[in-house]
Amino acid sequence: MPLDKFGIAKRIAKELRDGYYVNLGIGIPTLVANYIPAGMDVILQSENGLLGMGPFPVESEVDPDLINAGKQTVTMLKGASLFSSADSFAMIRGGHVDLTVLGAMEVAENGDIANWKIPGKMVKGMGGAMDLVASTDNIIVAMMQTNPKGESKLLPACTLPLTGKHCINRVVTDLGYYEIKDGAFHLIEIAPGVTVDEIKAKTAGKLVVSENLKVMES
Amino acid sequence: MNKVVANADEAVKDIPDNAVLMLGGFGLCGIPENCIAALIRKGVKGLTCISNNAGVDEFGIGLMLKTKQVKKMISSYVGENAEFERQLLSGELEVELLPQGTLAERIRAGGAGIPLFATPTGYGTEIAEGKETREIGGKMYVFEKWLKADFAIVKAWKGDTLGNLVFKGTARNFNPMMATAGKITIAEVEELVEPGQLDPNMIHTPGIFVNRIFKGTNYEKRIEQRTTNKV
Repeated sequence: MPLDKFGIAKRIAKELRDGYYVNLGIGIPTLVANYIPAGMDVILQSENGLLGMGPFPVESEVDPDLINAGKQTVTMLKGASLFSSADSFAMIRGGHVDLTVLGAMEVAENGDIANWKIPGKMVKGMGGAMDLVASTDNIIVAMMQTNPKGESKLLPACTLPLTGKHCINRVVTDLGYYEIKDGAFHLIEIAPGVTVDEIKAKTAGKLVVSENLKVMES
Repeated sequence: MNKVVANADEAVKDIPDNAVLMLGGFGLCGIPENCIAALIRKGVKGLTCISNNAGVDEFGIGLMLKTKQVKKMISSYVGENAEFERQLLSGELEVELLPQGTLAERIRAGGAGIPLFATPTGYGTEIAEGKETREIGGKMYVFEKWLKADFAIVKAWKGDTLGNLVFKGTARNFNPMMATAGKITIAEVEELVEPGQLDPNMIHTPGIFVNRIFKGTNYEKRIEQRTTNKV
């Protein structure tokens, strides 16, 4: 069975380490916050100006002056801090954020990523994505392996306008965990019940199956 | 020195057609609601608005789009607004999309007197087209220019009559940088107090950056995504 979005988030959560400052993008990445291992200190950064983001509020705690980057109402944990957008991107660009998790429309075998624009359709903007991918080596892309048409999102080269060049080295999809190096997607872990043949059929870019291929723990 | 004006209408009264404005806020959080309403009453046209977002159809800058007062938006994300999309596709509205961190830093640079800076953001993408790039220490960077405005319009939680400002929660966002980058900076605040009533240790924006200040009224503080847990 391929992973669902919760399974992808759960797998990515295994990459968290005690003391990490983490920026989670909108969509599947946001779900990673639900699987932070108990007893581990992970501090969430929201690029609109909050470190130490907590869960959604209960109705009585809702504060219109406290939102996340997806414009959702949130809370602050003890020890939270607030800052301007310039300071926020100093944290990001300056390499102070330990891990970034974000979604993508396409990832290429050379580490290029596209996730902000589909020509001919409405362009919503890149928000903070271009800053995030340009700023750290520790980025994990969380996405489904194919688009709604069933086409692979792991490509020889991106076809959509780029968000960043040569910046992605890890991808977790519903089918597997890949490292990108030497111009190829290296399949390190496979989702339970998924076959290598299915992975091959759904990977348009160059694929290398690890000799030590493991089955993902679910 | 008298920076205090009576209300939003007085604060924006000399903003001419075709002015370049900065408007603080992220989504609908920390936007200058009173000044936006006053700009609509004034009917000023042909505005260039530098703001992270463009509001929603029924609130924020979205209201100024509806009255066709905006010629150009400079933003990082504009996905919440159907009227925006319609005007963009019909060619009535021009838009320049910038990475959020680049937008913030260009504004900061404008206020800090830094005409040009290098950032890794956007290298190898269409954002870097036509811009100078250079390798520094083995990595490629894009040169970006400062941004300044004729009028910067910000919203703070508290302010004093000397223009010192304190922001609340994530309503701070772009407001502090924008306050530094306007030829004229207008601040609307929820509470306006006398000098000495704000703790100098807690001031986010020193009054030197603020030219006009007034106490806003009837803040709606609409929420875009009211997301709650049951317990």
